[in-house]
Amino acid sequence: MAGYFELFWSFFKIGSFTLGGGFAMIPLMEKELVQQKQWLSKEEFLDLLSVSQAMPGVFAVNMATSIGYRLRGKTGAVMSVLGNILMPILTILVLAMFFRYFRDNAFVESIFKGIRPCVVALIAAPVFTMARNAGLSWRNCWIPLLAAALIWLLGISPVLIIIIAGIGGFVYGRLKDRKEATT
Amino acid sequence: MIFWKLFYTFCKIGIFNFGGGYAMIALIQNEVVEKQAWMTAQEFTDIVAVSQMTPGPIGINVATYAGYTAVVNAGYDPWLGVVGAFLASFSVVLLPFILMLLLAHYLMKNKENKDLQNVFSALRITVLGLIAAAALFLATPDNFGSWSQSPLQFCLSIAIFITVFFLSLKKKISPILLILLSGVVGLVVYGI
Repeated sequence: MAGYFELFWSFFKIGSFTLGGGFAMIPLMEKELVQQKQWLSKEEFLDLLSVSQAMPGVFAVNMATSIGYRLRGKTGAVMSVLGNILMPILTILVLAMFFRYFRDNAFVESIFKGIRPCVVALIAAPVFTMARNAGLSWRNCWIPLLAAALIWLLGISPVLIIIIAGIGGFVYGRLKDRKEATT
Repeated sequence: MIFWKLFYTFCKIGIFNFGGGYAMIALIQNEVVEKQAWMTAQEFTDIVAVSQMTPGPIGINVATYAGYTAVVNAGYDPWLGVVGAFLASFSVVLLPFILMLLLAHYLMKNKENKDLQNVFSALRITVLGLIAAAALFLATPDNFGSWSQSPLQFCLSIAIFITVFFLSLKKKISPILLILLSGVVGLVVYGI
């Protein structure tokens, strides 16, 4: 059985050594938790993965929560999450504090002048790379277009858009069901 | 009171984020730059750059850094910025964490629930629009320079944007490598 500290340590390693965001952690988690420690079966791991993806929040933290909870209850969940985010938080803090002093440095500024348009492109690209998985088609592409326009042009809150979209999906599904039932 | 606002704002961001790290960047951008005006578009873009290059979930990294920056920009001591950083990360995790403990069991049993699937498929598509809006918000003279002030910076920024955009669409090149290369281009062109 997994001890609290063992859980913390496993997730600490996973959180400290993955560059490239939450999804990059999946193979590491699988290797550490399924193959090496054998705390979970492959099927359990995949089940928790799909639940973590469906739930709101930060995917990697959801994984830590659900796996920790599954193995050692609430305290296990807390230990796993703490392990997962401790190192990233400390790393960012150190960089944030140092970066304030170097921000006005001419070399740092010229580096960031090159980096900024790159970052904007990195944010724009997932709109298209994620489109296939999201099930985007000619019939429903008005939804993200309208959402982007409402947020960008009219200043409507993305949170409000999320709420409306959720309700919309629910209602649309129910209407479709009813239509199928009557025909 | 900025700490209360940080707590509330990042709780909201956490619980309404469906769709991964980039969706969270979009939500954080909207709150901290557009609504609360805690920082400029340029500062936010720099935060995302640093967050991409350090280990950990990108949502946590951006929340930590944005919490720190918001507090320090408001004129508080950098040590209170550390409190802001921890508070923002804690808040962004809090509600999903509770929800997960309450609902994980139910969701595992009801994976095939049709209503849930309809809601999620609507959200997945909508989130694309959220991310697109964030990219539009960040495409400012702050980040790209302006034609009237510096045609060189403006043209180079457009060139970097287009190159990175197509490289990350067509080839699976790591974002970290793209950021590093863009930084080198910036250093060579502007710094020397």
